[in-house]
Amino acid sequence: MTFRLAAMLTFLLAAAPLAAQQQPPPPSPVPAEDQGLSVTVTDENAWQDLQVAIPAFATDREQATPANSQGTTALGLELARVIYNDLKNNALFKPTGPDALPKPGYSEITAPNFGTWRGRSAEDLVQGYVRAGADGRLTVGCYLYDVALGQELTRGGWVVQPAEWRRAAHKCADLVYSRLSGESPFFDSKIAYIAETGPKDHRVKRLAIMDSDGANHRFITNGQATALTPRYSPDYSKIAYVSFLNGYSRIYVYDIGSGTQKLITQSTNTTFAPRWSPDGRTILYSMATGGNTDIYAVPATGGQPRRLTDSPGIDVGGSFSPDGRKIVFESDRSGNQQIYVMNADGSNQRRISFFGGRAATPEWSPRGDLIAFTHIVGDLRIAVMTPSGGGLRYLTNDWQDEAPTWSPNGRIVQFFRTAKGSGQASIWQVDLTGKNLRRLPTPVGASDPAWGPVLP
Amino acid sequence: MNRLAITLVAASALALTACSKKPPAQLPPAPQENTVPPESGPPPSTGPAPGTEEHFKSVMNGRDVIYFDTDKYDIDSDDAAALRQQAQYLLQYPNIRATVEGHCDERGTREYNLALGERRANAAKNYLVSLGVPAARLTTISYGKERPVALGSNEQAWAQNRRAVTVVLQ
Repeated sequence: MTFRLAAMLTFLLAAAPLAAQQQPPPPSPVPAEDQGLSVTVTDENAWQDLQVAIPAFATDREQATPANSQGTTALGLELARVIYNDLKNNALFKPTGPDALPKPGYSEITAPNFGTWRGRSAEDLVQGYVRAGADGRLTVGCYLYDVALGQELTRGGWVVQPAEWRRAAHKCADLVYSRLSGESPFFDSKIAYIAETGPKDHRVKRLAIMDSDGANHRFITNGQATALTPRYSPDYSKIAYVSFLNGYSRIYVYDIGSGTQKLITQSTNTTFAPRWSPDGRTILYSMATGGNTDIYAVPATGGQPRRLTDSPGIDVGGSFSPDGRKIVFESDRSGNQQIYVMNADGSNQRRISFFGGRAATPEWSPRGDLIAFTHIVGDLRIAVMTPSGGGLRYLTNDWQDEAPTWSPNGRIVQFFRTAKGSGQASIWQVDLTGKNLRRLPTPVGASDPAWGPVLP
Repeated sequence: MNRLAITLVAASALALTACSKKPPAQLPPAPQENTVPPESGPPPSTGPAPGTEEHFKSVMNGRDVIYFDTDKYDIDSDDAAALRQQAQYLLQYPNIRATVEGHCDERGTREYNLALGERRANAAKNYLVSLGVPAARLTTISYGKERPVALGSNEQAWAQNRRAVTVVLQ
């Protein structure tokens, strides 16, 4: 699939850009390519003020498309809006969206009128086009220009089904973000979570999914049984979650393609906290037996579970290191909740949190450099530390924030916040600077976010 | 809101007399659910049939629930007295089965609370078994912090929510 898209892309970029060849070669080869802009978000000042103009995407000719009832011209505007919102809502740059900008024509896409954009103080320019093919599929091209240098920085193109048009926009936003920040992409990804409705003592909790920007929202379960703590499989084909169906707390693996689900263990013990290994082959779960909770590993396709912990306390959760060799988990074996690391086979268990208070729900960053967790000292706050337990740093400061999940590039943490009194839950996200905090728009109350990887 | 106010009054009244432990803040009588069966049911005057959850609840008069301190799951003397009454009932009706539900207050993480609730339910179950109730007749389930009965975000509400509830299965 990816390969085919890539091949088509090469073809289309060779054939389509009418004016690309006429563009004069850049005066100096590869200027400022990897200097200055590739900084980490902990040093955000360098590029967070970057002015990026994102005008409406052009179309070669107006055509009907299932992706937009008004045709490809209107779709081009929507594409630019999605890219604009991706960049704006994540406080990465200072984008200006298509509604405040002139609309470049199709021939301008590969030969921007840099003078116009310089006059608008744009430092970078994102232009693109959309075309509807005879088979209905959409071809979306995306170009990033440095306005001051008058030069193309990068380009990308994707062929998508009409229903997946937003993915092309996210791919473009990812391309722009990666090129300008030096970080890995993350917009083209999805989030599983628990949708909450109803009063505090009769709250309905349903499994739901959405794109990283909240679009394409869908409820998976109907709310008859309480659902908790979903986790997407790394390939997005399945979701493991806890359901109280039939009066037991047990883990189901829901298959998105077929709409069917199956239990990962037939035990009627309280079974919870499902987690996928990075390769999708193993599922960790926690099971309570006679007041003692331990962590088990079971092949995702079924089979004999293996017990990884055997302390008399509560051992719960677990999050694999990106290489799959270690697991960070939570245990109260010392008397209260603390964070431990062990090898993936359960050996060499050792505590890493020693900074007072209680520490819970550890999640290993996809980059491997940090562990996000819930720190409890009266209030519950989201914090990060290194995998050796150093460098404690708070990202939030509210009454009750818990259960962090990482963006696919390890630069943003989502979590859920519970309001004092009402118990209303909502999903929030914050970047590693701790400064860019925002609530995610969800149709109803929301908890237990689980962010999946970037789509291929 | 009204119910909360009543609870607070009850709690402060209890606090004067009760031992140091939690004020189980005697829950106001459960808003007698609309369980009055439609026409065909037994005449209202007879009350719930023995061996049913309704009958158990009315005989227990609040002692179908035991309460715990923050993060704790030990059975204290108040709990033991309640569990003795529960055991008596369960032994009196040897055909009924029961499940013990473990619950937590909202001030903890979701998954840990599922484990802690199971610990509490299990502690209650073990005590009932030690009093002669066959283990095969008892099951446990943890709802963690997902099913609070007291809705406030304060010590009194949390004390009422840290509980194990014995429910007779029909």
